[in-house]
Amino acid sequence: MSDSTATRATTDAASADSTQSGVAITLDKVTKVYPGQETPAVDDFSMSVRPGELVMFVGPSGCGKTTTMKMINRIIEPSSGSIAIDGRDVLSLNPNELRRHIGYVIQQIGLFPHMTIAENIAVVPRLLGWSKQKIADRVDELLQTVQLDPGTFAARYPKQLSGGQQQRVGVARALAADPPVMLMDEPFGATDPITREKLQAEFLRLQESIGKTIIFVTHDFDEAIRLGDRIAVLSDRSQIEQFDTPANILSGPANDYVRSFIGQGAALKRLALIPVTDAKLKAASGASGVPSVPVEASLRDALDALVLAGVPAIDVVDGDGRAVGAVSVEAISEVLGAELPGVPPAGA
Amino acid sequence: MMATVTTDTQLMATRTLVPPARRRIFTLKRFITPIVVVVILALLLWWVSSLELDSIEQRTLNWNYITLRIGEHLSLTVVASALVAVLAIPLGIATAKSPSKVFRSIVLALANIGQATPAVGVVILLAIVWQTGYTTALVALVIYAFLPVLRNTMIGIDQVDANVRESARGMGMTPMQVLTRIELPLAVPVILAGLRTALVFCVGVATIATFINAGGLGDMIVNGLKLQRYPVLVVGAVLVACIALLIDWVAGFVEDIVTPRGL
Repeated sequence: MSDSTATRATTDAASADSTQSGVAITLDKVTKVYPGQETPAVDDFSMSVRPGELVMFVGPSGCGKTTTMKMINRIIEPSSGSIAIDGRDVLSLNPNELRRHIGYVIQQIGLFPHMTIAENIAVVPRLLGWSKQKIADRVDELLQTVQLDPGTFAARYPKQLSGGQQQRVGVARALAADPPVMLMDEPFGATDPITREKLQAEFLRLQESIGKTIIFVTHDFDEAIRLGDRIAVLSDRSQIEQFDTPANILSGPANDYVRSFIGQGAALKRLALIPVTDAKLKAASGASGVPSVPVEASLRDALDALVLAGVPAIDVVDGDGRAVGAVSVEAISEVLGAELPGVPPAGA
Repeated sequence: MMATVTTDTQLMATRTLVPPARRRIFTLKRFITPIVVVVILALLLWWVSSLELDSIEQRTLNWNYITLRIGEHLSLTVVASALVAVLAIPLGIATAKSPSKVFRSIVLALANIGQATPAVGVVILLAIVWQTGYTTALVALVIYAFLPVLRNTMIGIDQVDANVRESARGMGMTPMQVLTRIELPLAVPVILAGLRTALVFCVGVATIATFINAGGLGDMIVNGLKLQRYPVLVVGAVLVACIALLIDWVAGFVEDIVTPRGL
């Protein structure tokens, strides 16, 4: 959990020179009505996404979040409205040409079973006519990026990989031509909880270095909190109930719908987003043998340690093991109280 | 983070123990069919050579006559199957890709009629309205063997995982690229299975080509029956069966080689 906090703080700052970082996406009054249906699947959807931002679409199944996302790469054609990527009107471009510059990851991954892992990753670069050498280098680089050894995996077929490994290949394949925009439709939805957590952590680390503009669809609110720079909570017909940072949504849900989506334990979920150093630290006890938390931990980690130890305050130690202060339950509560809705949370 | 790395290395270590997917093509099982065929043919030869053949039997039970009939039979079978492949596969693709349900059902209904009509009837009807001979027999065979290839091509393309198709489209492949790079390779095993069925159908049905003077091993079977020369009948029938077995075996072999790895 400490991982995600650190990542979010640095996402904007990260501007890798070797990779193309994100561009802005603007959706303006986008509507989708399926033929023969009275009510639109997506109704008058407007949103602007900043370059390099990871925006989560959260909502129950059938609310139109996936439809909204799929209109960005025109897998589904909007009925009306306009969509612009980096200021260019998506609807005026050739859809195939457009899609080659948008990374696309779906829940079922959809790897091509008759192609090796290397060939799967090489699909878009080949469509774009890259040289063989450039493609081979890129495949190696990407497999390393997603922590798969090229020597072991490049020549394998998808069915020889575990679900988690396949999902990583899916991400690598979407990144192949270094698109500025990625669309991800519940990419980790079909994996077991342990694999999912690992993939999420890796994904955050990856996003930290590549800084793509990402639209990420999920029905899992905890996943949205963990990964998102901003979260759009959607209800029926893809109506935006609230669009804000995870911390702001947790501390100030806009309405009952959002509140019901957050579920129980909003305060605890918020604590997970706040670094322990945000609390007012008292003087450290310095005593050895006293339980402590590392300085990069979240307040939730600190509270966890406090409850476990049953002491009023607990030391916060830096990388060298030196205590830099002590955090108490009161200090933690104070942070929650101070962070009112509307006030930008630390690190965002 | 360290933990992640360690688990990964462990994962890889266990993974490398798994042998890469290599289809075993030359197995003992693979050679059972040809061995059985050779044994049957040897027994047949031994039996025929032990018989006292009369002049009628000698006219047909000689190498020259038999190789000619086998040649005709194989020619009918292979040419008809090749024609079916050339005609039915593109039509199957067009039908699978057609958004019109009506078109789809019309094509399938026609192919069904072709197969459901008794082959003897088709051959003789065609001979009456058109002509006798090789070409007519060929046309009848094509009509008869059309359905399995057509249907399997349609099914082969339809059964491609919708997610695979969507991700191909989402990566910016044109519909033509989706077809040639994704759908057709994935449909290969199913299409080949249809062709294999068509080949075996043709071997069997080619025997009735004799009724319209188009040759083939049917000559031997019918002559044997009409003249009550059972050795001639038996040799003809056994040869047809052996050819069917061998053609099926070769087709299966080709199927295994051509099927893309990874499936």
